[in-house]
Amino acid sequence: MTDTQPDTPPPSLYAAREPIFPKKVYGKFRNLKWIILGVTLGIYYLFPWIRWDRGPNLPDQAVLIDLANRRFYFFWIEIWPHEFYFVAGLLVMAGLGLFLFTSALGRVWCGYACPQTVWTDLFILVERWIEGDRNARLRLHRQEKMDARKLRLRLTKWLVWLVIAVATGGAWVFYFTDAPTLLVDLFTLNAHPIAYTTIAILTATTFFFGGFAREQICIYACPWPRIQSAMLDEDTLTVAYREWRGEPRGKGNVRRRSAEQAVEAEQMSRAAGPGKATYAPTPYPGLPSGIQGTTEGPGDCIDCMACVNVCPMGIDIRDGQQMECITCALCIDACDEIMDKIGKPRGLIDYMALTDEESERAGNPPKPILKHILRPRTILYTVLWLAVGFGLVFALFIRQDIDMTVAPVRNPTFVTMSDGTIRNTYEVRLLNKHGEARDYNLTVTGAPDVTLVVEGVVGSNVVVPADSTLNQRVYLEAPSGTEPATDERSDLRIWVEDTVSGERAYKDTIFNGRGR
Amino acid sequence: MAKPPKKTQEDPSTTGHQWDGIQEFDNPMPRWWLWTFYVTIVWAIGYSIAYPAWPGIKSATTGLLGWSTRANVEADIARVNATNDAINTRLASADLGSIATDPELSGYATSAGSAVFKTWCAQCHGSGAAGAVGYPNLLDNDWLWGGDIESIHTTIAHGIRNEDDPDARYSEMPAFGDILERDEIDQVVNYVMSLSETPQDATQVAAGETVFMDNCAVCHMEDGTGDREQGAPNLTDAIWLYGGDYDTLKATVEYSRFGVMPPWTERLTAAQIAAVASYVHQLGGGE
Repeated sequence: MTDTQPDTPPPSLYAAREPIFPKKVYGKFRNLKWIILGVTLGIYYLFPWIRWDRGPNLPDQAVLIDLANRRFYFFWIEIWPHEFYFVAGLLVMAGLGLFLFTSALGRVWCGYACPQTVWTDLFILVERWIEGDRNARLRLHRQEKMDARKLRLRLTKWLVWLVIAVATGGAWVFYFTDAPTLLVDLFTLNAHPIAYTTIAILTATTFFFGGFAREQICIYACPWPRIQSAMLDEDTLTVAYREWRGEPRGKGNVRRRSAEQAVEAEQMSRAAGPGKATYAPTPYPGLPSGIQGTTEGPGDCIDCMACVNVCPMGIDIRDGQQMECITCALCIDACDEIMDKIGKPRGLIDYMALTDEESERAGNPPKPILKHILRPRTILYTVLWLAVGFGLVFALFIRQDIDMTVAPVRNPTFVTMSDGTIRNTYEVRLLNKHGEARDYNLTVTGAPDVTLVVEGVVGSNVVVPADSTLNQRVYLEAPSGTEPATDERSDLRIWVEDTVSGERAYKDTIFNGRGR
Repeated sequence: MAKPPKKTQEDPSTTGHQWDGIQEFDNPMPRWWLWTFYVTIVWAIGYSIAYPAWPGIKSATTGLLGWSTRANVEADIARVNATNDAINTRLASADLGSIATDPELSGYATSAGSAVFKTWCAQCHGSGAAGAVGYPNLLDNDWLWGGDIESIHTTIAHGIRNEDDPDARYSEMPAFGDILERDEIDQVVNYVMSLSETPQDATQVAAGETVFMDNCAVCHMEDGTGDREQGAPNLTDAIWLYGGDYDTLKATVEYSRFGVMPPWTERLTAAQIAAVASYVHQLGGGE
């Protein structure tokens, strides 16, 4: 392989970050983003404080991940470790949901709902309140001398960011233990060091990611954009610039000259007669002569840079689809506002799919967004998503508050008693999800000669404490000479019944005999 | 005049790699990323000075902080021992019969006893305590020297038929090969088999009974149910320590058996012996 550029000096090892000062913008997508920001942050900060009465033996926090006791509480749902498939199912749904949204709407997660986007939005909002809008912030940035005003603004901003960051880390730990107790413990310095460490780490990451790293997390650190780019197709909605409508861009003299040339060209073409005229290329300042196109008049883009100024990723959407674009649609709002002011139709920058370019260049009207979204691929994802969802809801409704696992002891498989009785031992784990202790009765069916003996108990009743499991050794005994005792193995079924509610559960297991 | 938007990097060169005509820009890394990278290098150097890192021929550098996994494990063990000190003292001094009725003590004794059993006893009695030929099964309800917790505790503490402990349980069955005639042995073996209803040759049983009463009933009792005082097994039940078939029984009568168990007082603490006695007692056959 030949080095294509042998003479270029080696590039420097690093590039300084280009600071970005997103301008305030108004519009429907901005409003939608404000709503999503409010809802997601509201859920995040408030959920640990919602109470939910579950009785005296269980915590009353609506959403609680109780790692110490291995319980997950979500309002009326309580998940035990052996029901982890619910979490797995939710993760599958989250995965399919992301496939669905990515294939239909592109990087909509990145643009609207990703915590990095939401918190960065919040941090920029604070920045704007304290230091002013884009121009004021740019001036402050360029001012090299750190005078009292700049220092005051910077410190105020960082302080507010820090408060948000601490609240973010603080809210996180409330999900893992009783929130009001922990809040008091945190302030009286009685909380566990893990709580303080977690808050410290999350405070630091929130402060740095939201305040300083911002778009660099999306560009350099996050793997999701790389995965997403593999899931987009030509019908996926992305934010795009109608280049065929906007170009040649320009303002003032450029527009006037280009308009005059269009008129001139029109007149030339009329004078020459049908099919004979060639349009003179419009010189466009700033572009090399090689890529100058022919023109039919000035484009709608007045090159006001509104779309660039509002972009939180610091890109120019008019350059086409880019790796950095998180499709937050703020440039659409910014451009629509300008289009309204200059009396042009909205949508110079718009949600579009790749196929739209070809179609619209050919003169077809814009395709409705719904037609892009409803495709076999997205419908398939929706069906799969719903199937998993219904499966989970179904599983949630059929699960019982009483359950049992039976593990036959295989070391040894059977014990011969003094009178020749064959005894098998089973480790039975009884689950009681009720908020009170329950009396469970154990029985065996499937082999008439086999009797059930509960270790250490007279009779076959066991008391299982509230919301817990009980490990209980159980013996099954077959007298000498009976079929289960002489057979190699017999199938049977162990039942557990709640003597209060009558709920029953069973497990099939085997009985090992002498085998002769 | 409008200008095209500023590029972040003027004319970035390519790395020279080509794949299907696709080239890779040789874009520089952001400064914070590069600094993070440098910091990790510095961190690694400091880490390898502070902690054990560089391997030598026989050992590795110990590091300035003196951190050692071995010392950590020793500290952990010391901490666990210190934590269990109180309950071990309680267990050692507890009345054996009362352990089972104290949930805290029995829970601890069963867990600790299980660990002791798997360390010291499982070699002969098996990890599931089901024993082997010559090594009693501890799960059933047949006991040579007694199955209540005191008897089990004595057996564990002093062992069986060993010369290391004067208090060891001791008994010795004579080798009847030198005492009885061959046909007498054949007769008594058939009689013993008849006690659990499986004689090989029913015609020998009546003659065998006489031989049994004369020679065996002293220890194994006239009805063959054995004597726990002497560790003489019950010959009427379904459980055989060495085997209940004709050849094995004949060998037992001719040459006798002499199963030995070591005493554990020297090697285990009083609390450990109480714990493992409690564990064995609750396995399912305890009396």
